[in-house]
Amino acid sequence: MVAFALVMISFYLLGSVAVIASILVIAQRNPIYSVLLLIASFGALSGLYVLLDAPFAAAIQIIVYAGAIMVLFLFVVMLLNAPHEDTEHDLRVHPLMRVGPMGFGVVLSLVLVAELVVALSAGREPGSFSGGSTSSVAAIGRALFTEYQFAFEVTSILILVAMVGAVVLAKKESR
Amino acid sequence: MLSPLFIGQIVLTLFVFVMLLSSAAGMVYMERKVAALMQQRLGPYRVGPRGLLQPLADIIKLMFKEELRPKAADALLFALSPMIAATCAFAAFAVVPFGGDVTVFGLIPEGIRLQVADVNVAILIVFAIGSMSVYGIVLAGWSSNSKYSLLGGLRSSAQMISYELSYGLSLASVLVVGNSLSLTEIVNAQGGTWLGFIPKWFVFLQPVGFFVYMTAGIAETNRAPFDFPEAEQELVAGYHTEYSSMTFAMFFMAEYINMVTVSAVATDLFLGGWHGPFLPESWGWIWFLLKVFAILFFYVWMRWTLPRYRYDQLMRFGWKVLLPIAVINLLVTAAGVLYFGL
Repeated sequence: MVAFALVMISFYLLGSVAVIASILVIAQRNPIYSVLLLIASFGALSGLYVLLDAPFAAAIQIIVYAGAIMVLFLFVVMLLNAPHEDTEHDLRVHPLMRVGPMGFGVVLSLVLVAELVVALSAGREPGSFSGGSTSSVAAIGRALFTEYQFAFEVTSILILVAMVGAVVLAKKESR
Repeated sequence: MLSPLFIGQIVLTLFVFVMLLSSAAGMVYMERKVAALMQQRLGPYRVGPRGLLQPLADIIKLMFKEELRPKAADALLFALSPMIAATCAFAAFAVVPFGGDVTVFGLIPEGIRLQVADVNVAILIVFAIGSMSVYGIVLAGWSSNSKYSLLGGLRSSAQMISYELSYGLSLASVLVVGNSLSLTEIVNAQGGTWLGFIPKWFVFLQPVGFFVYMTAGIAETNRAPFDFPEAEQELVAGYHTEYSSMTFAMFFMAEYINMVTVSAVATDLFLGGWHGPFLPESWGWIWFLLKVFAILFFYVWMRWTLPRYRYDQLMRFGWKVLLPIAVINLLVTAAGVLYFGL
């Protein structure tokens, strides 16, 4: 009973940290604070994975997102010395504040809400993992390279394409 | 609830905390004494016998210094970053085992493992917390709003990202050989001997991995010859230029505790952990301490022997030498395990 209460308290604590931090990410004017709040949100998500008895996913979440990708974000924000978004004037002429982009944003968020409603109201049992316990790294690896191999390889190619694209875009034209 | 095992766990946690704190103080003394001997000086010798109380005097001095903060600094992050650095340094040791089961002279009949938390993905946890510790340094550099601090912080993040890859790949090659992500299981796989006299340490199976791990570990802890984040001659003191008093001490302490953690993990992964001849399993922690001390001495020895690299040399070495070596080592190891079934 005590253990269950502890798990529930941790769940609501971590969940609220994740949600509040994510909302604050877009409410910040200083990009450095946005980056840090996003890291806090990732940390809370990682804690939720631990509660789900998936320590491997939790560790990978920290290593990949909080440890590697967000360091690069921070690096870029610091190097570019991104300015504060402070004046009202800036906001009004911002390209994202025009009618077209805002309409597109509304459509996207409606699609997201619709998807969430469909997914949550379907009332399906959470997909069971055929490989056995999610805490076993060997089982996860085996499932990834047999059952889900196609998705895995396609994802790697997608990431590779994105990397090549970034290199091409960043490359200076040589004459 | 208050079984001897439970109390033992709490005492163990406090013990690890105090041990890490005092190991930082001890390392400062060792560093100064070894440096002095290598340079034919005496080193600290006034406070206490042979200067042994010098670290205590240093701590008291640091505590009574004035706490300064630059006017242009970002107050919140300036205060937060030394805490991040120190917390990450302490947290990483939580999953590192440093001895077999002990009964503490029969006080705990079922025996207690000398490890705060036995997690089955311990290697990944060490790696994850290590990759978080870069935030303490980067944010300290940025929030100080000083050019030396910022340059130190930027160099540090570039260096740590570059060497983290090789570091992770050397860990991966050990876990392929050890067939586990748990540090306890990896240490247990290293018990016994080959041919009766060669200890079954993974350093003999993974000499290249050990080299990569140690090199990347030096870069990760910002030690000479890779101490660019705080290169005195170029950057005054690097990312902690604007820090004083105890906030400075927290960075200083974090650096030494990180060294201890890297050495302890190296001992567990490559040098057989607490396994060694002559001593029973319950006294294995003596072997563990001796091995960690040897690696720490090697660290200090390196610092006072080798000159600092140039920054572009460091980057070239990390990406064009160390990373290919680590990748090839991992591939060869995986192929070897697959075909010969080590």
